[in-house]
Amino acid sequence: MKFFAFHLMPYAALDPDYDKQHNTAWVTLPNSYYDPKIGHQLYNRYLDELEYCDALGFDGICVNEHHQNAYGLMPVPGVMAGALSRRTKNAKIAVLGRALPLLNNPLVVAEEFAMLDNITGGRLVAGFVRGIGAEYHSWGANPAESHDRFHEAHDLILQAWTQPGPSVFEGKYYHFQYVNCWPRPYQQPHPPIWIPSQGSRETIEWASHPSRKYTYLQTFSPVTALARYMGMYRESAEKYGYTATSEQVGWAVPTYVAETDEIARREAKPHIEFFLNKLLRMPQEMLLPPGYLSLSSMQGVMAAKRALSTGNQTLEDVVEKGVFLCGSPATLREKLERYQQEIGFGYLLPSIHFGTLPHELVKKSSELFATEVMPYFRARAATPARVAAG
Amino acid sequence: MTFRDSIETFNGCKTHLMRGGKGPPMLFLHGAAGARAWLPFMERLAQGFDLVVPEHPGFGRSDSPDWLDNVGDLAYFYLDVIETLGLSGVHLVGTSLGGWVAAEIAVRDCRDLKTLTLSAPAGIHVKGLSKGDTFLWSPEQMVRNLVHDPALAEKMLAQPVSDEQQFADMKNRLTMAKLTWQPRLYNPHLAKWLHRINVPTLILWGDDDKVIPPGYGPAFQKLIPGSRLDVIADCGHLPQVERMEEWTGKIASFIAEVAS
Repeated sequence: MKFFAFHLMPYAALDPDYDKQHNTAWVTLPNSYYDPKIGHQLYNRYLDELEYCDALGFDGICVNEHHQNAYGLMPVPGVMAGALSRRTKNAKIAVLGRALPLLNNPLVVAEEFAMLDNITGGRLVAGFVRGIGAEYHSWGANPAESHDRFHEAHDLILQAWTQPGPSVFEGKYYHFQYVNCWPRPYQQPHPPIWIPSQGSRETIEWASHPSRKYTYLQTFSPVTALARYMGMYRESAEKYGYTATSEQVGWAVPTYVAETDEIARREAKPHIEFFLNKLLRMPQEMLLPPGYLSLSSMQGVMAAKRALSTGNQTLEDVVEKGVFLCGSPATLREKLERYQQEIGFGYLLPSIHFGTLPHELVKKSSELFATEVMPYFRARAATPARVAAG
Repeated sequence: MTFRDSIETFNGCKTHLMRGGKGPPMLFLHGAAGARAWLPFMERLAQGFDLVVPEHPGFGRSDSPDWLDNVGDLAYFYLDVIETLGLSGVHLVGTSLGGWVAAEIAVRDCRDLKTLTLSAPAGIHVKGLSKGDTFLWSPEQMVRNLVHDPALAEKMLAQPVSDEQQFADMKNRLTMAKLTWQPRLYNPHLAKWLHRINVPTLILWGDDDKVIPPGYGPAFQKLIPGSRLDVIADCGHLPQVERMEEWTGKIASFIAEVAS
């Protein structure tokens, strides 16, 4: 198993009483709640934390993309990846954006990722997402075109990376006479591609196609959902006539480690609950604009999400559901070993920070994770794991 | 009154059609909510007209054809429908989205139209005059914002919603997003060509419309030569429901006056 430290970089100084006047931390929350002086400190602190994870020996570090919200302050993730590319030496840098359907010209992503890949000498992992529903409200992008634009933008970027330029691209949404990406990517034929998702059959069938075999990342979901979607990936691969490796599936999950379970829960509680109840807050209409999901997926997901987002959530709820990994190193080793045996993911993306978690606790938890959890799995990694059957 | 409920195929698109009444032909184009049922205002219009009520491609029981990308596609579709059904001299009536479609039809070709009625139409944008963000409204906010009278909103909210209707609502919202999300509820090129409309035109608006504010009434009126604007008091975005008698009465007397 490989370990990638993940960061959302939220506006942790958000007034917790904002929700007395506003029903969401996204799209319509006035940016007067943002103080640039605090933001300056937060950005640099968060970058320090990811750089520290490189020094601690994480296999990779991850940045993220969300727009116009207090939940994550990386609307242009390439800026963060660029800052990290020169200060880190070993860790892969995974950009888990880019939200392709939001872009008028997706060639900008082909260029941005190729630049990062060149600067880092091939340490880039290229993420492609559709963005969450709120992005379509913030950005005015049409959610009913989201799937089609995602696929077309992906094809355009891959063409820019893999076909000798200049070449012609003729799509419905994008049409270019000269696709001719300078620089070409450092990794050939192109950087590894990861597809973070909250779970959809369409995405899994697309990502697992033999022409792609992209790494599918399940983000912020109960462990039962993780098992279901990873199983779906494996079945889809079998239908295509091959067996998926564990490297093709990963799990992104907020993670906190402390000396004991009791200390971990006590220290994490206010911060994970701020994340769940303040930063994630948004109405259904914002999360799932029409067309973002197919009509059939929409019916299923609406029921599931309603269950997940009803009322205030506590640390106990999310630990119970396996949405949050929290405990002593021994507890995390035990849980991760069990989940991995049952579900068989090759990448774990612990969110080393969440909500209002202070710097000292981020450092302590990351250190414990790197010294007491990661080595246990690395020692066991003599034989490459297969995605578990059954 | 009886009406005929059928599925007709135009341009390969199976289309849900309701038709009833006697008199000159009238084509009614619905708004965002579709046209699932024969409503009281249709019954009233059918007393004086041969009323044709299709559900737009992408809505309700009609197909969602691959060719449907924008409101202009619907305009050409309906020009074909008018031709296929032989609706020469038709009175064209559209509300909200349907009003936008009707205006797009009329700028393309008025030859088969006798009159045009636009009820709280979408389709243009006036700087500084914001429309309601219907895509961010919860189902309950939607109902409250659609009408002027809170008691009517309560009555509408108390109606049970069947699974079938819930699915139709989802499908309608998806097509609404496809057609109107960006630019939101308008075509930046429509205003340039509204002067081409050369049939008598009536514009109706509720004075308390929270979806498309009544300030759009004078804007349309100025852009369509010789058009008449009539504002309905104490009324929201659905005058055909909230002020049924007044709304149908205004249309009937307008047509009697200009088309006799």
